[in-house]
Amino acid sequence: MSTTTDRDDVRAAIRQAVSVAAATGLYGVSFGALSVVAGLDLAQTMALSLLMFSGGSQFAFIGVVGSGGTATAAVATAGLLGVRNGLYGPQVAPLLGARGVRRLVAAQLTIDESTAVGTAHPPGPAARAGFWWTGVGVFVLWNLFTLGGALLGDALGDPRRYGLDAAAAAAFLALVWPRFSGRYASLARLVGGAAVLVALATTPVLPAGVPVLLAAAVAILVGLLAPDDGRTDEPPGPGATEAAA
Amino acid sequence: MSPTLTWVAVLVGAAVVFATKLLGHLVPEHWLARPRVARTAALVTVALLSALVAVQAVAQGRSLVLDARLPALAVAAVALLLHAPFVVVVVLAAVTAAVLRALGMP
Repeated sequence: MSTTTDRDDVRAAIRQAVSVAAATGLYGVSFGALSVVAGLDLAQTMALSLLMFSGGSQFAFIGVVGSGGTATAAVATAGLLGVRNGLYGPQVAPLLGARGVRRLVAAQLTIDESTAVGTAHPPGPAARAGFWWTGVGVFVLWNLFTLGGALLGDALGDPRRYGLDAAAAAAFLALVWPRFSGRYASLARLVGGAAVLVALATTPVLPAGVPVLLAAAVAILVGLLAPDDGRTDEPPGPGATEAAA
Repeated sequence: MSPTLTWVAVLVGAAVVFATKLLGHLVPEHWLARPRVARTAALVTVALLSALVAVQAVAQGRSLVLDARLPALAVAAVALLLHAPFVVVVVLAAVTAAVLRALGMP
């Protein structure tokens, strides 16, 4: 009996993994194109998708490079955006029980999507199938579509003519959007608003890339100092904004 | 940034991101289970992405300019309100900016 249920659970996990991988992989096209537009070459673009393999970090990296930021700012921004992957490890590691090389592979595949699918299924074969199928599926498709996008971006010429600079802003907006209604929603809106103000106010006076990092400092202050849940769903007072900025 | 420096940044950045992932698999679970740590990490992501939206939309070097990018971003926001998928949002923004520029907007 239980094996039939297990098999059904595994099948459900794989089905979900495949659809998530297809949807996520597809936007590798926009990453590939925007990366070339930001001034990276094909090999550098592929190195990011193969080795960094974390959408938010990759988009941030090319965003900083494209706006003329320093290498340090690009690495720091990408690294900070990758911090949440580190928080996923403790959730998925007990489900996988991977050791040795498999653990290294599992770590590389630990991203938003694989964690979401893996933890959405009952611990055991289904959770493992969800994590591995999503991780490997996204990895393969993300890299294939990155390659396609990079070749496309290379062929396009002036990116502004095709509105690709606006597409980059829209990509970040789409990435942050769900976080304004999910957990910590009201704090997230406060931090998002403050981050925009800080970044824009300091853009004229600081080197490219630094305003974005300064916005992260706002989040760290708010995250560590704001009162605990329950109170955080109230609209933020003016004092909080001031302290954050 | 020179090609060599870009390569250094790509490889160091990739190493940092991978090390973070691996660390998550190695640390004892309870270390990161503290609510404030998880909350702060979530908010750092929000702040970075929000700041990147702003900078990509209106910054040009060190000056702030209003051009076709901002209306394109507004279209993207409407698409997101209507629950459009990621690719649709990005393409709509690009098309909006491209059309506005074809019509003469900077």
